[in-house]
Amino acid sequence: MTTLAPSRRQVVAGGGALIVSISLGATRALAQGPQAAPPTPPLPGSLKGAPMLDSWIRIDADGAVTVFTGKAELGQGIKTALLQVASEELGVAMPRIKLVTADTATTPDEGYTSGSQSMPNSATAIRNAAAQVREILLARAAERLSVNVERLKIRDGIMIADDGSSVGFGELVGNEVLHVAAQPTSRFKEPSTYTVVGKPIARVDIPAKVTGGVAYVHDLRLPGMVHARVVRPPSYGARLAEVDPGSVETMPGVLKVVRDGSFLAVIAGREYQAVQAMWALAQTARWIDAKQELPDQAAIYDYLKKLPSRDTTILDRGMIASSSSVHSATYHRPYQMHGAIGPACAVALYADDSLTVWSHGQGMFPLRRALAELVGLPPDKVRCIHMEGSGCYGHNGADDAGGDAALLARALPGRPVRVQWMREQEHTLEPYGPAMTTGVTAALDRGGNIISWQYDVWSNTHSTRPGPAGSLLAGLAVASPFPAPPPAVIPQPEGGGDRNAIPIYAIPNAQVVHHFIPDMPLRVSAMRALGAYMNVFSIESFMDELAKAAGVDPVEYRLNHLDDARARAVVRMAAEKFDWRARSASPRGRGRGFAFARYKNFAALCAAAVEVEVEHETGAVRLVRAVAAVDSGQAVNPDGIKNQIEGGVIQAASWTLFEQVTFDRRQITSRDWSLYPILRFQAVPERVEVHVIDRPGQPFLGTGEAAAGPTAAAIANAVADATGARIRELPLTRQRVKAAIGV
Amino acid sequence: MSKPDLAVSDNSRRNRGADRKPGRWAWRGLAALVAIAVVAGAAFAAIAWRPELAPVVTPARAAFAPQDIETGAALAAIGNCDVCHTVPGGKFYAGGRALPTPFGTIYATNITPDPATGIGRWSEEAFRRALRSGVARDGHHLYPVFPYDHFIDVNDGDSHALYAFLMTRTPVEQSALPNDLPFPFNWRPVLALWKALYLHHGGFKTEAAQSADWNRGGYLVEGLAHCGACHTPRNAQGAERRDRKFAGGSSEGWDAPALNQTSPAPVPWTREQLFAYLRRGVDDVHGAPAGPMAPVVHNLARVPDADVRAIATYVASIADAPSPAAAANAPTRPAAPTTVTSTTELSGAAAIFAGACGGCHSGLPGASAVDIARSTAINAPDPRNAIRVVLDGITPPPGERGPLMPPFAGAFTDQQIADVLSYARARAGRHPAWNDLGSQVKAIRQGQSKT
Amino acid sequence: MTQININGRTREVDADPATPLLYVLRNDLELNGAKFGCGLGQCGACTVLVDGEAVFSCLLPLAALDGRAVTTVEGLGTPEEPGPLQRAFVEEQAAQCGYCIAGMIMRAQALLARTRTFSEQDLREHMQPNLCRCGTHMRILRAVRRAAAAMRAAEAVPLRKEAAR
Ligand code: FES
Ligand code: FES
Repeated sequence: MTTLAPSRRQVVAGGGALIVSISLGATRALAQGPQAAPPTPPLPGSLKGAPMLDSWIRIDADGAVTVFTGKAELGQGIKTALLQVASEELGVAMPRIKLVTADTATTPDEGYTSGSQSMPNSATAIRNAAAQVREILLARAAERLSVNVERLKIRDGIMIADDGSSVGFGELVGNEVLHVAAQPTSRFKEPSTYTVVGKPIARVDIPAKVTGGVAYVHDLRLPGMVHARVVRPPSYGARLAEVDPGSVETMPGVLKVVRDGSFLAVIAGREYQAVQAMWALAQTARWIDAKQELPDQAAIYDYLKKLPSRDTTILDRGMIASSSSVHSATYHRPYQMHGAIGPACAVALYADDSLTVWSHGQGMFPLRRALAELVGLPPDKVRCIHMEGSGCYGHNGADDAGGDAALLARALPGRPVRVQWMREQEHTLEPYGPAMTTGVTAALDRGGNIISWQYDVWSNTHSTRPGPAGSLLAGLAVASPFPAPPPAVIPQPEGGGDRNAIPIYAIPNAQVVHHFIPDMPLRVSAMRALGAYMNVFSIESFMDELAKAAGVDPVEYRLNHLDDARARAVVRMAAEKFDWRARSASPRGRGRGFAFARYKNFAALCAAAVEVEVEHETGAVRLVRAVAAVDSGQAVNPDGIKNQIEGGVIQAASWTLFEQVTFDRRQITSRDWSLYPILRFQAVPERVEVHVIDRPGQPFLGTGEAAAGPTAAAIANAVADATGARIRELPLTRQRVKAAIGV
Repeated sequence: MSKPDLAVSDNSRRNRGADRKPGRWAWRGLAALVAIAVVAGAAFAAIAWRPELAPVVTPARAAFAPQDIETGAALAAIGNCDVCHTVPGGKFYAGGRALPTPFGTIYATNITPDPATGIGRWSEEAFRRALRSGVARDGHHLYPVFPYDHFIDVNDGDSHALYAFLMTRTPVEQSALPNDLPFPFNWRPVLALWKALYLHHGGFKTEAAQSADWNRGGYLVEGLAHCGACHTPRNAQGAERRDRKFAGGSSEGWDAPALNQTSPAPVPWTREQLFAYLRRGVDDVHGAPAGPMAPVVHNLARVPDADVRAIATYVASIADAPSPAAAANAPTRPAAPTTVTSTTELSGAAAIFAGACGGCHSGLPGASAVDIARSTAINAPDPRNAIRVVLDGITPPPGERGPLMPPFAGAFTDQQIADVLSYARARAGRHPAWNDLGSQVKAIRQGQSKT
Repeated sequence: MTQININGRTREVDADPATPLLYVLRNDLELNGAKFGCGLGQCGACTVLVDGEAVFSCLLPLAALDGRAVTTVEGLGTPEEPGPLQRAFVEEQAAQCGYCIAGMIMRAQALLARTRTFSEQDLREHMQPNLCRCGTHMRILRAVRRAAAAMRAAEAVPLRKEAAR
């Protein structure tokens, strides 16, 4: 069985001439976390945590190039973008570079793949490392060929002098030449000479995905692998009082019923046997509900606001002023779920007192820490390897499934155990995007410009990621449970519930307060864009309300309050491509809306213009078309950016029009897609256009989450335009719209 | 209710006749018929004639009290007006939907306030006359597929509210399609005879001894909601059989189960279950609304709680519904569910049921759909609802919560569907097997368009 | 033992006849294309063709499959020699996480097997049972249209030749 869990040495040695010591960067970063204080001098991107060049790039004697990233492919196309960056700076064709993603045994620790940070952190590190490796190799080649560096050209991993003599990368890498610390600055290729970066290169992962190749952890099939299913409690925190495993143990294929406190699962030889045994086992289980009942969904926002909060003023500029034109509004957003199409899955093998887990979680290093604690092994006896999962959109059940698999593998040592959640488990147990409330008051001067702005946001935490073992469902369920970690504030400038709560507009007097509510009635964590979805929805809805009060066109109104040239360019681009000015008399029930934000106020800039049609009799909103403009800095893969924004627009349309988690006083009731409907094909807009503004030479800006907030607000603004009714509570279901527009 | 006047209908008949190229005998028969028709027609003309009511200028929204429009909206939802008068996916109330009847296809009319093609020029009096006695503004008779035999008792206030609601809809210019009816049904004056026989007041009478809820429910159920239009069997003339009220009828190829004591539901419905079913579209003891009942329930979502409760109260009383306590003691499924906990391998229909249906319909606690043993469709005398649901599934409106069952038309052969339904019925253990199920599945499948 | 015809080959499967095809495909036959998404017939991640019809393999027990022909995405082509739909999905870069994509391709295949000309509305209605959470819908629709166009073009060539004769 050991062959299934190759040791780090086996993996790293790999027969190359260049034996790399990965560990130094990794372990230090592990102790400090990815956002640790930077060493001096500051290194760019994730080089801070793993400064040795060979932590990132390895070149074998035969010239084979391997690039390492601590980030994971989540369906955002990061593998392709990172390969493009490495290929460009190294001068090696993409097909000849192997990319290794998050694996605690081999790659640098880059924390979580989240917050649209893979490009600014990992791509920046790889770009610098690649440029520096290239310079080192060029210098050595010049020496070897006795020519001046200027006379060398690189063609696909071979350095060729103008006299025709040449030497390959592989011939130059002896003596650990790359085992050197990175420099804070690099000599980059001139962006105008790029041949790979900035090109819409086809994604490397797609061919396998359309032909049935092994693409996901769900597809991992190890020799001797068995299947498990977990029986989950019917409500949060219910304890298992009784269970009769006897009748289940004799079912066909059942290998073992595992019970540890309230953690209950069954392992069987075949997957469907495990499913059937899980159903049978569930019938024999008796649970005792936790004392705490769930709040009344109908009054959830009042309930949350009344909970104790920790308040932080995150912006305090000037003095809150008043005028004859003061406007206020309150906005609400319900609990919403990630809702991956494939439920959480993990495979684990416990052998020779060490544990290997294959997981689609977002952070292999943090997961390792949680799992080590959970199963009682030192972290260096636990290896976590990322494999892709179904699109994740934040912290879903992936880590929990890793915990389930780890406990089950420990119960059946020597056999790989695969566990996958059922649909109802994913729907009822994943940590949701938190319900939120915002309130805003603004004063306008006589010209309609904003002179004062007061904004409050109430929210739970937006991250309960592992973490310690107590952040995993399994860790909380076992007989001696691990303590749940206290919910944490994600500080500005990133922000959690207050992400994007600070308006980007030029407003002389402004105060923004984040009311952080520690008590969490429903399980919540990071969902794509975190608080930015709600804050941008609120701010950008309100900007339209103010524009209306001021009698100014909404796009004009935004431009009047925007100083930043790049922001103005994005707004203008979206408006122009939408043909915003050509306001023809729209047919009854049609309306258009606009919104803009810069994600986190420092990442990608995105503006969205949409057209909607509202069916008066039912209140059903149809998104007719959407036009988005985006500035992600230097665009590494423009098609990848388009894909992300297109997807972001459609996903956010689904959140905004249809989605809310429902619950009664005992349990979550939105148990599957029939009770938590999401957008299907017939609700897809006629057209979605994305226009990318490339900024060659500018830093890479994360894009994955940029479209969420602007889309939501643009839709609400368009509904207001179409019907005259301003709806401030999400989602804009047909019942809610109908109630607002009346008969 | 259909727009075309006699001339149009006669034209369409002539065209069809020309296409048919009948033989000599047929010509003679037809000539005889025409002769009879002419005589009879003259006689009828006197009885059947109704005056045209004067056209009006379409009233503006301001002419109506907002409260009346609002009430009218709820009443229109109870009356299910939009279902017949809207083509799926089309403009609301603009008509055009084909309504198949045993006598031919009738196309619903445009009831938006468009002056040219809708009811924009109808006075309130004209509207009320149409609602209660099935006569269009210009005096032509409307077909009883428009259920004026129920609407006859709609009171003045509600008629006014409905008028206020309809006259404030978005006008849509869309002409009605000519009906596709053979002679003599395309000859409208014949409807006067039908009305003389079957159009009567008094489908519902207030009963002082009953609760206000019951009386309100009765007024709605017998009147606007026209439940009997589907749930009461019809005679050869297409009229509801008063002797078999709520004994079960049919609609659009679906069985409309009996609401009286002959209800096939294994567990008698309580008022609360009916309320849950009509209000939220779910009742885990009986099943989910499907077929033509699905839009009825979707519409009730727009109706105030009190009216839905009143309807539930009255419908429960039709079958002498038990109190909740009695219902709890009612016989439930005969056999304990065995499928998913089975320790032995199943085969044939039992295996198909276990793998395809058992996950949701097992009857085990926590299962997401109705226990198959309690399903009304499985225990009904006629298998067609069960067949249709298995073939087509149940789909909630886009973006809405609601029961969702996938279609199995492509997954199983006719025989497999027949076998699995027989198995399910046997498992419920209440009724003998359906006869000739395989050919019924085949017939229904062939009747459905494949998409 | 149940005999099923998978992608043109007869395979023997020894599993409980109640086992849904999805588990047989993934575990016994080691085909990764069909995915578990819900097991309830709500998402289409498991879509395969049975006798040419797009079906949810998560709700199709082995017992119902004796002698019937099953096609999975593996049966449409390989990375080296992709079928028209697979090629179109690559050309349109129609995937984000890609988890839904094999099911999307199979549902679209059922449509293309019937007709190469369809309206946009027909296409969307046809695809309605399948969910994508990443929001790849626009690209999926484009890819299906592209494949249909390619297939039409390929068919037009011999027709034109015939006409020339
Ligand atoms: S997995 Fe079969 S439809 Fe969802
Ligand atoms: S591409 Fe991720 S679910 Fe469709």
